[in-house]
Amino acid sequence: MSGHDHGHGHGHAPNPAPSHAPSHAMMRVNLHIWRQKDAHDDGRMVAYPNVECSPDMSFLEMLDVLNERLQEKGEEPIAFDSDCREGVCGMCSLTVNGTPHGPRKGTTVCQLHMRSFRDGEEIFIEPWRAKAFPVQKDLVVDRGAFDRIIAAGGFVSVRTGGCPDGNAIPVPKEEADQAMDAASCIGCGACVAACPNAAAMLFVGAKVSHLRHLPQGQAEQKRRAQAMVDTMDAEGFGNCSNYFECEAVCPKEIPVKVIAELNRDYLSASLTREERKADGGGGG
Amino acid sequence: MILDGKCPTGPIETRWERCKAELKLVNPANKRKYKVIVVGTGLAGASAAATLAELGYQVDAFCFQDSPRRAHSIAAQGGINAAKNYQNDGDSVWRLFYDTVKGGDFRARESNVHRLAECSRNIIDQCVAQGVPFAREYGGLLDNRSFGGAQVSRTFYARGQTGQQLLIGAYQALARMIGLRKVTMFPRTEMLDVVVVNGVARGIVVRDLISGKVSTHAADAVVLATGGYGNVFFLSTNAKGCNVTATWRAHKKGAFFANPCYTQIHPTCIPVSGDHQSKLTLMSESLRNDGRIWVPKTKGDARSPDQIPEDERDYYLERRYPSYGNLAPRDISSRSAKYACDEGRGVGPGGLGVYLDFADAIKRLGEATIRERYGNLFDMYERITGENPYQVPMRIYPAVHYTMGGLWVDYHLMSNLPGLFVLGEANFSDHGANRLGASALMQGLADGYFVIPYTIGHFFASTKQEKVTTDHPEFKKAEAEVTARMNRLLSINGKRTVDSFHKELGKLMWDKVGMARDRAGLQETLQKIPAIREEFWKNVFVPGSGEALNQALEKAGRVADFLEFAELLAADALHREESCGGHFRTEYQTEDGEAVRNDQEFCYVGAWEWKGDGKAAELHKEPLKYEFVHLATRSYK
Ligand SMILES: Cc1cc2nc3c(=O)[nH]c(=O)nc-3n(C[C@H](O)[C@H](O)[C@H](O)COP(=O)(O)OP(=O)(O)OC[C@H]3O[C@@H](n4cnc5c(N)ncnc54)[C@H](O)[C@@H]3O)c2cc1C
Ligand code: SF4
Ligand code: FES
Repeated sequence: MSGHDHGHGHGHAPNPAPSHAPSHAMMRVNLHIWRQKDAHDDGRMVAYPNVECSPDMSFLEMLDVLNERLQEKGEEPIAFDSDCREGVCGMCSLTVNGTPHGPRKGTTVCQLHMRSFRDGEEIFIEPWRAKAFPVQKDLVVDRGAFDRIIAAGGFVSVRTGGCPDGNAIPVPKEEADQAMDAASCIGCGACVAACPNAAAMLFVGAKVSHLRHLPQGQAEQKRRAQAMVDTMDAEGFGNCSNYFECEAVCPKEIPVKVIAELNRDYLSASLTREERKADGGGGG
Repeated sequence: MILDGKCPTGPIETRWERCKAELKLVNPANKRKYKVIVVGTGLAGASAAATLAELGYQVDAFCFQDSPRRAHSIAAQGGINAAKNYQNDGDSVWRLFYDTVKGGDFRARESNVHRLAECSRNIIDQCVAQGVPFAREYGGLLDNRSFGGAQVSRTFYARGQTGQQLLIGAYQALARMIGLRKVTMFPRTEMLDVVVVNGVARGIVVRDLISGKVSTHAADAVVLATGGYGNVFFLSTNAKGCNVTATWRAHKKGAFFANPCYTQIHPTCIPVSGDHQSKLTLMSESLRNDGRIWVPKTKGDARSPDQIPEDERDYYLERRYPSYGNLAPRDISSRSAKYACDEGRGVGPGGLGVYLDFADAIKRLGEATIRERYGNLFDMYERITGENPYQVPMRIYPAVHYTMGGLWVDYHLMSNLPGLFVLGEANFSDHGANRLGASALMQGLADGYFVIPYTIGHFFASTKQEKVTTDHPEFKKAEAEVTARMNRLLSINGKRTVDSFHKELGKLMWDKVGMARDRAGLQETLQKIPAIREEFWKNVFVPGSGEALNQALEKAGRVADFLEFAELLAADALHREESCGGHFRTEYQTEDGEAVRNDQEFCYVGAWEWKGDGKAAELHKEPLKYEFVHLATRSYK
């Protein structure tokens, strides 16, 4: 029943279902999709030629349609992540023709529409590829490392209750806007998937930048950068060597300047730490 | 049974203060002896889990996404209300309370709503302290915008991503507690049942969505913050994963389900483009601050919008509701759009759309200002439709958006099943028959940050409970039932996909139990649902195994629950012989199409008790008293 023809690839073309929609509106694409049973399986590309879809479908809707057809034939559907399908939850995570989230700039794959592809185009779909994001099945990966980085320091240490009035500390609009620019990171991990070193600097930089632009976040600025970077290293993400592929694929267009901000805070944290050491333990 | 919401009495302004003063406390050193399970880490669950952990309770938190940061709350766009009166435009706790009771069409509890309005102010302070980057004015102070159903500007926002920023604030507070090992987080874990021991909720059954392993967790109380059930309609603005499973299973274990027929249809969504559609996208209500809604005056006018002169356009909201205009409440705006389309004046494919036009605002304020205010929404619209809304008016149509009904809770947010607390969209408590914009985020955070931390302590301090472990026979039994049901789904091996059933159910619900309902249609629905359900259990195809990541199996379980729940929703809609808020019965309307409420007979919360498979649910009533805002016909004219 399930998955028996995964290895067959070409020559096992499912017949496209007859369509009731006007044919001029329809198009066909030839898909090549990564199938992998579980974390221990080797995985391979499987071809799904001649998949019919409409240009108005989102990329994920096109996969939904393919999945319906696979199941109608008694096969297991392709596992992929999505939830909001509005580009804001960060759940969807497909590499399309080698580019995380596909060809459209500033767009998550759930917001990509088939009108961005040509009729008859070959499309290769793979999961995020990074050591710190192991594949769990087909196109689904484990991004738990991102949560552990945030848990290490990506917050302001306030408890519930007893906070000063929201307007007690004015924040210049420009600063608030910069904080918001960085805070719009959706934690999708495309930056890591795009980076030849699988570095997570854009993601970490986005959080550090968000909080350092607000007075509320400044007290812990150095400690935060240090703790997040240390955890990032421990989780197996690579180093940044300024390829800037991350910025190019980021669906929220987080700029690489956040990495410079991160480096500044990290460096000054390291310096402080060394001064403390030289001082004999910094009041411990 | 007459239900008692255990609301405090006396002056409304001091009820919550007095309640808090009377609550029993758990001494700080004893808190760590109590374990709390929090299911759901959206705004309500994440804020609750973080706060309870800060107080010293042991917390186990669960969500089905791969990270708590991805809960459906993330998608909220427009904003969050708070009675700060920063604009000096006459706002106050009283006014927010009043607007919410009226907006809810007099079907919410006054005590709860007043508490919500009080807490709203603390929420903003809390979020600012966490580093939520709310929009600011040039002077550095917080900015506000207006939302439907209010004549003051009290909505705080972070561009078009308010839910995202509030959730990230709560998620970071939660992450901090996870890092300190005060919360154990179980992502990609779905709750499939509640375990009840001696009449008290003492644990849950869950499935690890990666390994497929089913297991149980025991605690001293269970908090459900699992969101709403809008996806019973298949197409809605909710995230794909939103479901009724957690609350429905709790219902089948004894928790009453209140007002399931109160569903909100949002007026401004992108219209359906074809059969393949997997979900609908909201265009935030905040757009109605600057956008004007219109349709052509004449039926079937096929000219492009820029060819239709001003005097041949019908700005129907401005015409019918001059004092609120384009900011009329959601139920009214949605229904008005439906009427316009029913009359044949709709625009776009199939005539199922109306224009939301920014031309005037762009002329008045300039494109840059509009871009600053709504840029990301305009971009989203363009991505989905391929049209540029700076140049042509948006086309919008109503879509299912939010569910006011939910598990019944008392003033302490505890259901009738002791030990089971319900927060956020999952409960029924604060919005009556219609929720005002920017009030769900406020309610989720009020429940999680400022209500449950007090009331759960009172529950622990005032009830003696023995320790229970997962070795208890009730845990074994519940686990075995969950496994058996899963195996049954996997073994049917039929011919139809899970989605095909979900779409069939959704279409039926939208047609007959959607924006307008009537007796015959509801009766027909009540006949059809059991037939779809029967076919599902005979003919669904769920591939793969239970011992691995299996998304078809996850969906199958959720759709099976929707197929049971839908019947209750329709039955509730049939029983409520009046029109109120999001529940519109065509038999009960005025000549010009306004809703007619029946306070004589229906001024109550309808809470349903599960009586077993194949048996009708039993209705219990909680009478609603209006001591402060007097019952009146809602008018936005
Ligand atoms: C598009 C859109 C825009 C909106 N905009 C606004 C707005 O501007 N202002 C406003 O006030 N409101 C808005 N709302 C409404 C508001 O976003 C929601 O009502 C609110 O966020 C719900 O929060 P919650 O915490 O109750 O639930 P959710 O955020 O839905 O979280 C539910 C949680 O429960 C978990 N869960 C569910 N079932 C299970 C299970 N069986 N097992 C384990 N975990 C489970 C999920 O993983 C998730 O963590 C909007 C809603 C939509 C759809
Ligand atoms: S920085 Fe961009 S690419 Fe990286 S996680 Fe955030 S949103 Fe995704
Ligand atoms: S599914 Fe949420 S961002 Fe794509």
